[in-house]
Amino acid sequence: MSSRIFSREILSREGWIRLAVVVTFTAAFEALCRFGVIPRTVVLPPSDMAASLWHILRTGEYNKDILSTLGNVAASAVISVTLGFALGVLIHALPRLRTTIEPLLASYYAVPTFMFYPVFIVVFGVGSRAIIAIAVLLSVVAMIASTLAGLDRIPRVLRKTAAIYRMSTARRAVLIDFPAAAPHLFTGIKLAFAYAFIGVIASEFILSGQGVGYAIAYAYNNFDNRNMYGLMLLVILLATAANTALDTIDRRMQSRTRRE
Amino acid sequence: MKRAGDSLLLIFGIIAAWQVFYWLAGDIALTSPADTAAHLWNLLGTARFWGHAAETARAFGFAVVISLAGGVALGVLLGLNRTSGIVSEPILIALYSLPKVTLYPLVLLCFGLGMSAKVAFGAMHGLIPVTIFTMKAILQIKPVLWRTAHAMRLSAHQTALTIALPAVLPEVIAGARLGFSLTLLGVLIGEMFASQRGLGFMIVSAMGLGDIATIMAVAVFLSVFAIAANALLLWLDRAIPR
Amino acid sequence: MKAPDGADVHARLTGVTRVFDLASGAKLHALGPIDLDIKRGEFFGVVGPSGCGKSTLLDILAGLSPPTAGSVLFEGKPIEGVPDGVGVVFQEDASFSWLNVYDNVAFGLRRAGMDAAETARRVEYAIGFMGLRDFAMAYPAQLSGGMRQRVCIARTLVLQPRLILLDEPFGALDQQTRLLMGEELLRLWRETGATVMLITHALDEAAMLSDRVGVMSARPGQFIDFIETEWPRERDSRIVSDPRFGVITSRLWDKLRVESLKTMGGAAPGAKS
Repeated sequence: MSSRIFSREILSREGWIRLAVVVTFTAAFEALCRFGVIPRTVVLPPSDMAASLWHILRTGEYNKDILSTLGNVAASAVISVTLGFALGVLIHALPRLRTTIEPLLASYYAVPTFMFYPVFIVVFGVGSRAIIAIAVLLSVVAMIASTLAGLDRIPRVLRKTAAIYRMSTARRAVLIDFPAAAPHLFTGIKLAFAYAFIGVIASEFILSGQGVGYAIAYAYNNFDNRNMYGLMLLVILLATAANTALDTIDRRMQSRTRRE
Repeated sequence: MKRAGDSLLLIFGIIAAWQVFYWLAGDIALTSPADTAAHLWNLLGTARFWGHAAETARAFGFAVVISLAGGVALGVLLGLNRTSGIVSEPILIALYSLPKVTLYPLVLLCFGLGMSAKVAFGAMHGLIPVTIFTMKAILQIKPVLWRTAHAMRLSAHQTALTIALPAVLPEVIAGARLGFSLTLLGVLIGEMFASQRGLGFMIVSAMGLGDIATIMAVAVFLSVFAIAANALLLWLDRAIPR
Repeated sequence: MKAPDGADVHARLTGVTRVFDLASGAKLHALGPIDLDIKRGEFFGVVGPSGCGKSTLLDILAGLSPPTAGSVLFEGKPIEGVPDGVGVVFQEDASFSWLNVYDNVAFGLRRAGMDAAETARRVEYAIGFMGLRDFAMAYPAQLSGGMRQRVCIARTLVLQPRLILLDEPFGALDQQTRLLMGEELLRLWRETGATVMLITHALDEAAMLSDRVGVMSARPGQFIDFIETEWPRERDSRIVSDPRFGVITSRLWDKLRVESLKTMGGAAPGAKS
């Protein structure tokens, strides 16, 4: 079974089918647009979107916005991963605190936390800080939950083994706890990144002066379909590429540690 | 009993932390818990508030029905065939991680400004997790159950209704919980971005006026609603025998 | 249908083979050719090494999958799909976790549209027969593995099958539970008068329960021996103390040992594969 993951195929059979599905959809969409079934005032054909994106990248007219967004995403992701991990470790070490906080963590994502974005704008003003604040708020709990799950799932027998080797808590944490919990931690990183990305773009959309989300909203309000769709395509490609990359790393990691 | 005590402790802790932030940040940033409660109480007495709430509720209602019914149907369809399940999963997960806000202008261009756009926003957010959860649950049905249905000579229709659906119900409800929350989020963000009515709009316009009290009051109202609904769905989840 | 010895044949397999197409393009000859007459009312046991195709044989007999070649007759007629009058108990736990024991057992009858009174009668009988009366309102998750298998057997029983097929139904249970469940199975067989085919990897179980045991070769599985036990109909697990039990078991192992070694790579005794 596991030999399939290390096989020399570029894509598995399902991978090829997937590629075919995506290509067919895109081609059909392109055809519908070109033949006027879908009016150009609503949507551009994918080829035009791609051309627009190429133009945007070549002329660099949106470079400032793109860098602003990427910067905010990176900052938010780093903060929520480290903060989430630290809080997770802390909560895990204090069982009484954990049982008290648990319902909060469980129902956190039920609440549309994003609606607190205006609060941050009032506090920080319109700018990166408010955006990063809400993005962190959105993603930190995913990291906390994953950290807790990872620490929970370290088999007791490994702890006993560490005791037999007479390891100090610090050494055990680095050499045993961390690698054992690593798959879950990485899942947390994946989620934190995805939510940070979503949070940043959504914030830029609603109210911001900079960033790709803002640029799309601006283009929409000015009936600039060309640039709008080019930028939309950029976001779609960036999100898909980042998540696929993280997912592939996750899969590689899982296949080696899990006995399949 | 201990759990109720812990929950109370948690609520008390949150309110206490809130009060501390208020003392640190001052009146321009937050309103105190007491003031927020008072303001909310006032709002609940106004027709204006309920007008907005009704608008959001209508959009949310439609969107949630589409998310759940559509998500389950799509998930069952994709999950019944092993190949379609494996092919679809990464595509669905990619769609899930996409900031769907990016597609909002497209939705507006298709549906115009109004209720149908809002319903589309909400459904867009909620449909995908329900589909993913349902599909994975169907794929993971123990093969022996399919063989049992076959050995009992059940029709495909009977198999789907009396064996497949009950077997996946726990996962479907878990997906429904997530779909519920995300649909609400989608409707709210849609209202914040492009609407003249609804609770999302109320929050954004209050921000424009610097009316922090209203922002917090509406946010609290929505939070309470979301947590209550989630608790109800959790209770439903526990009530199913497994 | 009549067998050469005049007995009434319930199911007949002639020249049945099963070949699987693998993803790599190669073909896997899993079973056959099989020629088998199962006599009406007999308790027929099947033993064989791992991977010899025992489960495939059951699938074909139950109509769950078609043979690549050969014919299957049930009560004189060729089968198409799962025929009426056949009941199957699988190796894995097939109880429905979302229904209590009563509803699990009643499931097949309700799906077939049987009226409520008759359904209740049959379900209550089956539940009583399998010793589940105290657990009728419990859910499978609350029961042990052995109890859950009893639920599956009861669920098959209510449909009053004429041919009961069991694929290693007691595989997941401990030895003592297995012996007792074996006795239950014999009781069931006697009271319903059904024909039973039991697939098992446990020689003592096959020897103890069956009227006749078929020994299968390594893959592709074919029957290499049939052993008549000639036990009295009224038997239970204490038949193991009959001196002939040892003779039968050793004869089974004699044949089976050779085939099992082939499956494990044909190594000499004691060597690791």
